[in-house]
Amino acid sequence: MKRYALFLGCTVPVRAQHYELATRNVAKELGIEFVDLKEGSCCGFPLKALDAETSLLMAARNVGLASNLGLDVVTLCNSCTAMLSDAQVKLKESEFRKKFTELGFTYPNEIKVRHFVRVLYEDIGVEDIKKAIRKPLNNLRIISHYGCHYLRPSYLHTFDSVENPHTLDELTGLTGATVIDYQEKKLCCGGSVLGVDEELAVKMANQKLSIAKNNNADVLISICPFCTVMYEDNQRKVEAKFNTTYNIPVLYYPQLLGLSLGLPPDACGLKFNRIKPDNIISKL
Amino acid sequence: MIDLKKADINFKWEITRQEGGEGLLKCFGCSDCSASCPVRYLDDRYNPRKIIRLTLLGMKAEVLSSPFLWLCAHCHACTERCPQGIRVAEVINAIKNYAVQQGYCPEGLKVQLNLLNNSGRLYELEDFDLRKRQRMGLPEIAKKIPDVARIFQFTKIFERTAK
Repeated sequence: MKRYALFLGCTVPVRAQHYELATRNVAKELGIEFVDLKEGSCCGFPLKALDAETSLLMAARNVGLASNLGLDVVTLCNSCTAMLSDAQVKLKESEFRKKFTELGFTYPNEIKVRHFVRVLYEDIGVEDIKKAIRKPLNNLRIISHYGCHYLRPSYLHTFDSVENPHTLDELTGLTGATVIDYQEKKLCCGGSVLGVDEELAVKMANQKLSIAKNNNADVLISICPFCTVMYEDNQRKVEAKFNTTYNIPVLYYPQLLGLSLGLPPDACGLKFNRIKPDNIISKL
Repeated sequence: MIDLKKADINFKWEITRQEGGEGLLKCFGCSDCSASCPVRYLDDRYNPRKIIRLTLLGMKAEVLSSPFLWLCAHCHACTERCPQGIRVAEVINAIKNYAVQQGYCPEGLKVQLNLLNNSGRLYELEDFDLRKRQRMGLPEIAKKIPDVARIFQFTKIFERTAK
């Protein structure tokens, strides 16, 4: 049994419970135990543009919660991953550490911060996941979306390749689905500018949705709730703006993996997806 | 037209003193950041090279009052490509932080600040959410995280955004 502290952040526990549910069920199947950080706050990322130091102190507090349990952190959101990783580096700077300590926070053990998908890749490994597949999804064509902060900035993550990423495609391929290879894997979903300029954000989201459609994708795989807000929640807006129809379901990677592990669609939270993944269920 | 008579030579030093702003002075203006930028690709109002050039020249009012500064998606595509090793997205973020201190804080950010001050997360867990979590078999989590408001007191963030 591998044990980790699970950090949920803001969006997952309120707006993406199906992602959380699928993650927990997949973890159980693969021998992963989570200890919940019940007192976990926002990671701090939304305030970075306002005041980086404040956002880093928020992030460091969250890292400290896990450190006190002596456990590495698993995150589900790309931006939480980058923000907490940044804080963990920052905690090595004496001036920052002093402020952190003055606030009454502690960081007794050096711990790692990693996205759940990275933990699957590094700690469980493709071979063991492959062995656990009970129900290969042979009839599905899948396009994966990495999102920015899963790998960037590389000085924080030191994992995979920022210019030519492969880990998510590799993991997606394990489910038996056909993985669509394409050039624009690095594209940003536009989520970070949604609050500033919706039209621009919608244009950014359209890029990947149109690539998905041109490649006849049955589903787009996301590993970040921000990206899902753009590709799933705003898909109708994108369609209206570009006068087109996509109707492409967006699944979180653990939802897809769960199905291929033989979990029922309900255990993967499929009924909570906004774009109904009926095309997937009918192909199971 | 850039009128250098309006330049504030201290502006660049102010930015280098912000968290993440220290790499600014290494920029030699090659424009690799703009060439790598997914926002720039779709919308030429946003141009990281131009923002950095104007900052180095000291065009403080022009940079800080520009609404385009806020179009940076913080995706770090620029950071990965900069031949000078500048953490470009961090430098742009440092300029945003300084803009906030100088009274140019977008309303949306203030709204987020207040939400976080109240509950510690952007979306407060309403009773409806708690019941839904329970039905789905998801564990309980704290409804409010008062430590966040304590951090805000400590860094005096409301004073910084009051201008």
